Formats: sequence, C-alpha cells, structure tokens
Amino acid sequence: MFTQDSLGKILKSHGVSRRGFIKFCSTLTSMLALHPAMAAKVAESLEKVQRPSVIWLHFQECTGCSESLTRSHAPTIESLIFDYISLDYHETLLAAAGDAAEKAMHEAMQAHKGKYLLVVEGSIPLANPGFSTVGGQSNLDVLQNVAKDAAAVIAVGSCASFGGLPNADPNPTGAVSVSDIIKDKPIINISGCPPIPVVITGVLAHFLTFGVLPELDNLGRPKTFYANTIHDRCYRRPFYDKGLFAETFDDEGAKKGWCLYRLGCKGPTTYNACATVKWNDQTSWPVEAGHGCLGCSEPRFWDGGGFYKALSLPDSDVRKMAGYAVATGLAAGAIAGIANKIKKQDMLKQHEVVSVDDWDDKS
Amino acid sequence: MTNVVIAEESKGKLNLERGLNAFREQIDAPVAAFFSSCVHCGLCAEACLFYTETGDPRYTPINKLEPLKRIWEQEYTLWGRAKKALGFAKPVTDELLEQWEPLIYDACSLCGRCSEICPVGNDISGMIRKTREGMVASGHAPEGLVGASFRAVKTGSPMGVKLPALQAQIRHIEADTGMTIPIDVQGADYMALLSSMEIINFPEYIEALAKIFNQAELNWTLCSEAFEATNSGIQIGSSDIAQELVERVVRGAEKLGVKTVISPECGHAYTAIRWEGPNLIGRKYPFKVVHILELLDELKAAGRLKTSSKESMSVTLHDPCQVVRKGGVRAQPRELLKLVNDNLHEMPDAGKMNWCCGGGGGVSANERAEPLRLKVFKRKRDQIESADVEAVVTFCANCRMMLEEGLEHYDMDMPVYSLTEMIADHLEPSVEEPSAVNVEEEDNE
Amino acid sequence: MNNSMDFLLWVKGPAFEIALFIFVAGILIRVIEILLLGRKADLSEARSSDVRAGIRTVLNRSIPESGILKKAPFVIIVGYLWHICWFISFFLFVPHIEVINYLLGISWPGLPNQFVDTAAVIAMISLLAMLIYRFNHPVLRFISTREDYLVWLVTFLPLLSGYFAFHHTFEPYAMLLGLHILSVELFLVIFPFTKLMHVITVLMARWYNGVSLGRKEPENQEVQS
Repeated sequence: MFTQDSLGKILKSHGVSRRGFIKFCSTLTSMLALHPAMAAKVAESLEKVQRPSVIWLHFQECTGCSESLTRSHAPTIESLIFDYISLDYHETLLAAAGDAAEKAMHEAMQAHKGKYLLVVEGSIPLANPGFSTVGGQSNLDVLQNVAKDAAAVIAVGSCASFGGLPNADPNPTGAVSVSDIIKDKPIINISGCPPIPVVITGVLAHFLTFGVLPELDNLGRPKTFYANTIHDRCYRRPFYDKGLFAETFDDEGAKKGWCLYRLGCKGPTTYNACATVKWNDQTSWPVEAGHGCLGCSEPRFWDGGGFYKALSLPDSDVRKMAGYAVATGLAAGAIAGIANKIKKQDMLKQHEVVSVDDWDDKS
Repeated sequence: MTNVVIAEESKGKLNLERGLNAFREQIDAPVAAFFSSCVHCGLCAEACLFYTETGDPRYTPINKLEPLKRIWEQEYTLWGRAKKALGFAKPVTDELLEQWEPLIYDACSLCGRCSEICPVGNDISGMIRKTREGMVASGHAPEGLVGASFRAVKTGSPMGVKLPALQAQIRHIEADTGMTIPIDVQGADYMALLSSMEIINFPEYIEALAKIFNQAELNWTLCSEAFEATNSGIQIGSSDIAQELVERVVRGAEKLGVKTVISPECGHAYTAIRWEGPNLIGRKYPFKVVHILELLDELKAAGRLKTSSKESMSVTLHDPCQVVRKGGVRAQPRELLKLVNDNLHEMPDAGKMNWCCGGGGGVSANERAEPLRLKVFKRKRDQIESADVEAVVTFCANCRMMLEEGLEHYDMDMPVYSLTEMIADHLEPSVEEPSAVNVEEEDNE
Repeated sequence: MNNSMDFLLWVKGPAFEIALFIFVAGILIRVIEILLLGRKADLSEARSSDVRAGIRTVLNRSIPESGILKKAPFVIIVGYLWHICWFISFFLFVPHIEVINYLLGISWPGLPNQFVDTAAVIAMISLLAMLIYRFNHPVLRFISTREDYLVWLVTFLPLLSGYFAFHHTFEPYAMLLGLHILSVELFLVIFPFTKLMHVITVLMARWYNGVSLGRKEPENQEVQS
C-alpha cells in the first residue's frame, strides 16, 4: 500500500496532462481564494508532495459523502486525487476486509503517528455505544483511538460536522458530531449533505500544499467555501430584491425562475458554495433545478421547521398556542373586568353626596 | 380588590378617602381607552393656552391628569395591580392632590382644544372635568370656586344675586323702555335664563332679549325661581352640586310648562343646561334647550328677526369655547353678525379652534388664578391685534368680562360687544302687523 | 451544540410561542378590561348622529389640525414619517408577509426590497430624531417616563436588527435573524403592558371622543381646514 511516487507522476501515469493538472491547480487556487500567482506554487507542491496517509472512518452515515466524491459522472481530477493520497483505510473502498483491514489501519497509524489525516464520515451515537459498531468496537472508541495520533481531523458531511440526520429531533441514538468528542485536535468541518466534491479535494489540496488546514469560520468550516450564503450568490437573487416570488412549484413565477423564498428556500441562512461551484461538473444545482435550498450545510437543517416553509415563519404550533392565549386572555380579561365593575359599583354605592355644607364656612 | 370602608366619624367631611372614591367612580371605558392610548407625544401642550403662553411644561394637559391616571392604572388594570402589589406604584396622596390643584383648576379652562388636537383622540378636558370630582370630594378645590358654589346653592347665584336684584333691574328696563318683561308666565313657549354676570354687569342683555322677542312676538317669560343659568357645580366639578342647580331650572321650566328653555350668552351655562343637565338629573327633559344664538338664527330664518341698519366699524369675533367648540353653535354667530355688520375680520384660528379667553371652566371665579389668567390672555391679545379691528364681538358674558379685563390689562382700548345686544340695537322699528307672524310661529317649535 | 442555528430555532420555536401567548392574552385582557368598564348613556338630546361622529373621528384624527401643524411641525411630520415607514418596513416586506400569512392566512404583495430598505432607514432616523427631540423639548422631557424610553428601545431594536439581518452586516446570518426575531418577541411581550397598546386602543379612544363630543356638532360638519 505504500508508494513513494509523487502526485504529479501518478497523475501523468493516469493520462492527466500537465495542462489539465495546471488547470486543476488554478481552479483550486481561485477557489481557495489564494493569489493567482499561487497557482504555480500549488502545482509545484502537489507535484512533489509525498502521499500523505489518510484514514477514513465511517460512523452513523449513508456513505453519501463518499459517493459524492467518487461517483461523479466521469472520472474527475477530484476523484482521482483519491489515488494520490494514501487512503490506508476506508471501509467502503477497501479491498481488504476483516482482520487484514484492521491491520492495515493499525500499521498506518504506527507508521505515520502524529502525521496521518483522519477523515470522519457520520455521527457518533452516545446514547448506547452498541447502536453503531465496527468489528465489535463502538464508534466512540474507534474515533478516540484513531484521533489520538492524527495530525488533524476532517469531518466530512453534515453528520460528522454537526450530527446531521441522526442528530435530528428526537435524536434516538444520541448522535453527536466529531467536534463534540475530539477537543484536542485541529478539526475541519466540511458540511453538506453531501458536501461539494471539490470542497473536499480543495481542503485536502490546501493541506497538501501548505501543510496546515485552511482558515475556518465559527462552525469550523473552511472560510473559502463557506464565507457566503447561497442567497447572496444566488442567480435568482434579483427576483428576491424586486419582490418577485414563485408561489407554487408550477406557477408562472416558478416557470420564470423567480425567487423560491416563499417555497421555503433556506438560501439566506445557508453558507455553502453551491451557487458558484454548482454540482456535477458545473451542470446545475438545486435552486437552478427549481427547488429551494434545504440548508443542508447548516447545523440541524432537518429540524429547521420544514423544507417548504418560508424561513421567516415561526417553528411551532402557533394555532394551538394562539388558542390557549385567546382562552386565557378572555378568561383573565373577564375576571379582571368583572372585578373592576364590582369595585366601581361599590364606589357608587359608597358615594356620599357632596354638598356645600361639607365645607366648614365659605359664605 | 380593595373595599374602601369610610370611617363613620369622617362621614360628611371632605377627605382623601372620599376623593379616591370619587376618582374610582369616574373611571369608565373612555377614560381607560384614553390613558391606554397616550404616547406622550406632547401635542396637547401646544393646544393649551396655559402652556403656550407660559412655557411651563407642568401645564401640559395630560400631566394635569396624573392623579386620575394613577387610580386607573393601579386599580383598574391587571398589570397596574400587579405593579402595585410589588410596590412599584406611586400612591395618590393629599400632597399630590395639593400639588396638582393649581394645575387642575387654575391652569385649565376646560376649553377643550386638547381634546380636539390629541392625535389618539383623548378627551383630555373631559377627563379634567372628571378629575375635579375627586378634587372636590377630597377637599382640594380652590376657595374661589367653593365660595361661588356655596353662594349658588345658598342664595341662588354664584355672585350672590337674589331675585330682588333681578326685579330691580327689570323695573329699570321697564321704566327706560316702556316694554314689559314677562315673568312667571304660565304656559309660555320660551323660558329665558340669565347669568348673574348679565344681571349685575350687563343688564343691556335683558333689554336686548325683550326688544328682539317683542319684535318677533315670541311668547316668552323669565322664571322667578329659576332665572340663574350659571352652574358653579360644573365649574368646581361636583356633579352633586351641579345636579342641585340644574334641578332648579328643570323644576322652574316644568312648573311653567314651557316648551323651550333659552340658555343665555354664557358658555358654561349652555354646557350645564344643554349637555350635562339631563345626565346630572338622570332623565331626559320634557323641553328643548337652545342657545340664544340658535334661537335668533331660527327667528332670522323665519323672517321674524329684522334689522334695519348696519355698523361699519371693523370687528372680530371671539368664539366662546363652550358654545362654539364644545357646543357646536358655529355657523349661527357669523350669519347673525352679517345682519348688523359687514366688516368682520376673523382672528387667526377663528371658529372651532379659537383660543380661550382664559377665564372659562371656573378660572374666572378663582381669584388665586388671576395673575396666570391675565398672563395667558396674551394669546387673545395677539389674536385680536392681528385681526386689526376696532371692536370685539362675542356671545358669552364670562368671555366678555374676561376680554374687557384682559384688554385693559394689556392697555388696549377696545370695546367688547355682545352679539345679541348688537342685534337688538339695530332692530327694525316695530311695525304693527301681528297676523302674519302667528302662522309662522307654529313652525318654530 | 450551542450555535446560532440552535438559537434561531429556539427563537422561532419556544420563544415565539411564549411571546405570542403574552401578546395575544395580554391584549385581550387589556381590551376586555376597558370594554367592561362601560359608559353611561348620554341622555342629552344629540344634535347629530353620534355613530357618524365616532366613525368620523376615528378617520379624521389622522389628519392634523392646521393650527397644531404650524405649532408643532416636527412632531407631526416626523410622527407621520415614522408611522408610514414603520408600516412599510413591517407590512410590505415579503418575509414578514409570509409570517402574517402563516399566522392569519391573509397575504398581499410586498414591495421591492430597496423600498423596504429605504423605509426602514427613514423609520430608524425618525425614531432617533424623536428620541433627541424628546430629550431636548421641555414638555417631552418633562412628561417622559422610563416606560417611554423602554418602548423607544424595544421599538428601535427590531428595525436595527432587521436592517443588519437584511444586509448580513454580521455573521452568521442565523444569529442575526435570530436576534431580529428575538427583538420582535420582546416587542410583542411588552406590547400589552405599555403605551404600545395605543396601536389598538387608538381606535377606541377616537371612537369614544367622537361619540361624546361629536354628538354636539352640527350635522353637516365642514372639514376642519
């Protein structure tokens, strides 16, 4: 499993031209918001870099994140880059199984102690360790074990980043994110359900090039990809500003490509690069396909009150609450009002007629 | 809920508990809606003569209602009660009422401008009227008004005018003019009321009535038991006293069986007998009440008021608040003035939103308020000055007194006329043709 | 996890329910308290219809009398500006209309965002101007209570936070939106217990004023110039 070939050499042997490689590096450079002059440096670094060891763990997840990366419609450089890291352990991609696989992982951990990258896909159940195990070991134990000697942890997908779907209310497994457990390692969250492939490769490339993780936002996500909201970069934004909205998925507004805010688009609260990077070789992305953003790269997006409910709407059973409020208001108002009435009647009863004789002597 | 028990020994005396009780009696839905709506915008200050002429923010109308507001909030709102229970409420005390007495009596003429200006629609002057009920019951009414009320109840008139004084004036007029002033005529159509001010200071008014009614051949009378129209109870703000005084008029009118009672040129008398009266005695009248100008306007329309000459001097009209703004008699004075004068120069803000003379609402009967009243007359002086006229015409005896005093105070030598008297002075000399008039008389009732 | 999305979900969920409860129940209590106090029938003979006078006053009182316009132009003009711009910012912004539609099932077209944005700025400037005026004008300074300043603040905050949220002035957006909604909830909570109630009771106040004073007016009332 170990090879000392540089990335550049391997790419060439897979038929990726130098020109194609430089182009990829330029794309990465611009996506990482580096100075264009850095493209050459990125290319140089990537060409020379030794394949770093990567251990990829799967917990409570659907493997959609791995799929996102590997099942692009055609082999891409993004997916190829997998070949150029030393993916020493990946449960779904690994040819080996059982003890052999475990052995490979432990060897990698020993050989690259303190230097290997740990990629986590999926959330970790805390309610009962038995909810998710691999080879009889609970996810929590595996994570703590492997993370101990990792250089950094990359949480791929919203489950690993924020708990994701397993963490959705009522969270039966007590699912938590990587950052809820690992506190002493650099962690980078690449959220999304799934994340954009090039974002995963971009982060890896950044690490390969500079040896450190890119700058992160307050949710531990690389700022370069998560700095803007979908809404701010959305090509339908002008319609929002003009007040032109689709009311249903098949009305005139929808056909004219108007804003999907009223149909529940979560673009305004969602930080991701879909609107600029798009999906499937820049073919399209959800909003372009006519559906509002689900907000999948944000924490608790499943519990956000409904995918088809406009963002500004309250997230509760307001009718029930309003009913209680009306009943309480009517009852309390009636009690207070009647008490006032009784009091006033009392006052009228106690009224003593004012007469000029009430004054001592004013004649 | 607090049940206030008035101690036996304090009964019959005015004290704080009685005052608080009276405040509590006065609070109704409108008061609660008004206080709930006030946003402290301060516009009522700009509507109030006492603020605009002094610049003293204490005279802001809504501020004058602090005692009533506290009672409402602390005792008639759930929220206020909770605050009170937690110790966040400022109580209404004798000290507070003493402090507020000059604001409520000396610095408010119940002119009602604030009630017309308030953007949320608060009837502030109406609430000051209500507040005065509590002030009276707690013993915080000004001496001048107490004296006037005392005289009104005991002698029949706030100025102490008794029947013999009126009879003396009648004799004078009858001797001077040869007319008969009818008194206590059973079954007359109209019963005229007078204000003491007219009997003492402006007896020409009685003469004017007689002349006009003679020409119009009106079947009218005065009533020896109820000639006084003014009502100190309204001014001091005691419904009990006001009721006693209104009842005299109602009894007199019912005894004579008149169809219509004529309120004189007095502003608050009109408010008392026309608007507050039925509510004070708790029943509708079996007769109508009209202001003298309403009647004159009707007579004019029926062709029974004929004038033969006009004056050329330039005049301006002062609108008495209780008659014009709060009484709704608005078009009549201007129509009537046209009969005798074509040289009217309206003062700024004339009509519904005219400014008060400063002496309404009992201020004129409250000696303590005199310096303030003369100070705020500045507004009226300025208005009259900008009208640039030779004389002022008005139709309220109290306004007339206040105008005369105010103009003198500001060294303005200018006569103040009563509109009714002006008309009487220009009546067509009477011609004997009674038959034509009798037919029309039917329409007028 | 303690993050802005959790905060947003909390303000849109439990916090909103609490605020809505206090708002609705509080208003009902206040209105019923007022209505049940009742008023005595006026026995004096009306000169004109009090119902018409009541309706007339409810409508007419929005038009300032010319004399007061000259005497206090600032309060009138800024007051007008404030109310109109607040109305636009609140009722004609599409995300707000969505909320109203969700709560009451009624909807109307909104205004383009630039208009709403401008209106919100004008509303904030007028509020600030009114606060400065309140500090400086002898009458307003004198009659103002702590409640006036509290209400000012609680009215200003939703505009400010809404403006920030709309412009994504700070990150993350969910936190800004959450703060905006929270500030509105604060507004809803204090509404029934402060002068904010005038939004509702102004109709009652004008009505009562109209029926008690308007019945004395001549029937064919010329419009006050």
